[in-house]
Amino acid sequence: MAIKGKSNTPLKLGLLLLLCPLLLWLVLLVILPQLTMLNISLQERVAPRIYEYGLSNYIEFFTEPLYWNTFLRTAVMSIIATILTLIIAFPISYYIAKMLRGRAKGLLLVLCLVPFWVSELVRTYGWMILLRESGVISSFLQYIGFTEGPIEFLYTDATIMLGLVYSSMLFMVVPLTSTLESLDDSYIEAGYDLGGNGLSVFWHIIVPHAKPAIVSGCIVVFMLTLGNYLTPILLGGKSSLWFTEQIFTQFITRFNWQQGSAFGVLLLSISSLIVWLGLKLSRQSFSKVMS
Amino acid sequence: MIPSIPQSALFKSSFRIYAFIFFTFLMAPLVVVAVFAFNDSMFPSLPWHGFTWDWFFSDQEPMLGLFHDPQLYQSIATSFLVATCTTVLAVALAVNNAFLFERATFRGKSVLYMLMLLPLVIPGVILGVSILIMSSSIANYFDDVWAIDIELLRPGLTLVVIGQFAFITTICTLIVAARLRSFDLSLEEAALNLGATKLQAIRTITIPYLLPAIIGAAVISFLMSFENFNTTLMLVGSDSPLTITLYDRLREGATPVINVVSLLLMLASVVLALGNYFLSGRKSTAE
Repeated sequence: MAIKGKSNTPLKLGLLLLLCPLLLWLVLLVILPQLTMLNISLQERVAPRIYEYGLSNYIEFFTEPLYWNTFLRTAVMSIIATILTLIIAFPISYYIAKMLRGRAKGLLLVLCLVPFWVSELVRTYGWMILLRESGVISSFLQYIGFTEGPIEFLYTDATIMLGLVYSSMLFMVVPLTSTLESLDDSYIEAGYDLGGNGLSVFWHIIVPHAKPAIVSGCIVVFMLTLGNYLTPILLGGKSSLWFTEQIFTQFITRFNWQQGSAFGVLLLSISSLIVWLGLKLSRQSFSKVMS
Repeated sequence: MIPSIPQSALFKSSFRIYAFIFFTFLMAPLVVVAVFAFNDSMFPSLPWHGFTWDWFFSDQEPMLGLFHDPQLYQSIATSFLVATCTTVLAVALAVNNAFLFERATFRGKSVLYMLMLLPLVIPGVILGVSILIMSSSIANYFDDVWAIDIELLRPGLTLVVIGQFAFITTICTLIVAARLRSFDLSLEEAALNLGATKLQAIRTITIPYLLPAIIGAAVISFLMSFENFNTTLMLVGSDSPLTITLYDRLREGATPVINVVSLLLMLASVVLALGNYFLSGRKSTAE
C-alpha cells in the first residue's frame, strides 16, 4: 500500500499498524469463514470420511422439492414482508416528519425506536402471549362473545408475516422519516399551487424525493427478513419452513455440513444478488446505503 | 402540518387514528410481557389471578423466582461476560478503524471500506455457521495431524465472542468514524504548534473529543451482544448465554419467570439506550 504525498517511514509504519488489526479481523473472521463454507459446500462424500470435489450438494438442492420450495417460500415471503413494511411505515414517517412539530415529533420518533432496543426474543415472546390459543386476544374475543371456543392464531403464515413486519419496522421508518424531513415544504406547496391534488403531489413530489430512503430501507428490511430465524421458528412453529431453519437443521441436527454449507452459500448469494440489484436499479453506492 | 395547505379535518384525524393504531401495534407485545410478569399464575396468560412479586423473589418451587433460579442468573452472568469481552474488542478495533478510514490515504481504501461493511449483509445465522466451520476445520486439522485438541476452537463462549465481534465491530466503526469525520483538524494542529507530539495531541485532544462516540459505541455493542441470538445459537457450547436459555425455556413452555427476565432486560436496555440517546443528543447540539 503506497501513501500519496509525503511517504516518510514513520507514516508508513503508522499506517501498517492501523491496517494490521483491521486486516486480521476482516480476513480471519469475515472472509476466510465464507470461503471455507464455499469450499466445504463443494465437497461430496464418496465413502465414510472421504470427500471429493463435486456439485452434488447443489444438485441435491435443486432436485429435492422440499429444499427448493422452502427457499422460494422464504424469498417470496420476504418480498411480501418488505412491501407491507413499506406501505405501513410510509404514512407514519410522513406523519412524524411533516405533520408534527416540536416535542411530539421527537417523542414519537423515540417511541418508534424503543421496541428495537429490546431483544428480538422478548418481542416475539410478547406476540406469543398475545396470539396463542390461551392468549390475550383469544381470551378477549371469547369475553366479548365473539367466539365460543379459544382460537389459535399462532403457527400460520399470517402470523409469521406479522412478526416479520413488526421486527423490520424500524429499518423502514427511520430512513424514511429523516429523508421526508429534508423535503422542503415549499415544494409541496408549489405542487398544490400548480394545480396538483393530494395524489399527484404524493406521486410526483414526495415519492421521488423519498426514493433513496425507500430503496435503502427495502434492501435492509429484505436482507434482515431473509436471514431471520427466531420469528419464523417461534411464531410459525413446525410449519414455518424457513430457509435459515433448514440450514440450522443440516448443521446441528443432521450434522451434514456439506449440505448445510451449500444452503448457506445459496442464501448468501440470493441476498447479495438482491442487494446488488437494488443498488443498481437505484444507482446508489453500497457504502452510502449501509451507513 | 404544512400551514399554507388547506387540509380537511378528516385527513388530519385519519392520520392521527392511524398513528394511534400503529403505536398500539408497536407497544402491545412489550406491554403484555411486562404485565404478565406480575400474574400470580403458572402461565403467562389470562385469566388474571392477582398481583404478585413471587416471580421475582419466591424461593419455592413451583413458582421459583428469578433471583432463586440458578440456571437463569448464571446465564445472565455468562451474557455479561460475553458482552464485556465483545465490547472491549469491538470498540478497540473500531477506534483503530476510524483513524484508518478517516485519516490515512492509501490505495484500495474504498475497497477495504466496502469489505469492512460486509458483515452487515451476511445474515447472522450464516456468519455463525461459517465461523463454526472454519474453527472446526482448524481444530480437526490440529487433531488429525498433531493430535492436539484445541478446546478454544470448539463451540463455546470463545467462539460466541468471536462471532459477535465479527459483526459488531462494523457497527462500532461506523459510529466512531462518523464522529471523527466531524472533528476539526485545526485543533490537533494547534496542539502540535504548542509543542505536543502527534501521539500527545491525539491523546489529549482527539480521544476526549471522540469519547461520546466511544461510549455510545460501547453501549450499543453491549446491548447487541447481550441480545444477540442468531450468531450465538450456532456457536454456543455447554455454557449458554441468557438468550439461549430463554429460548430453551420458551420451547419447553414458558412460566412468568421468563416475563420477569424480559421485563428487567427491557428496562435495562431502554435506560441504557435512552441515556445514550439524550447524552449524545445534548452533546451534539452543544457543539
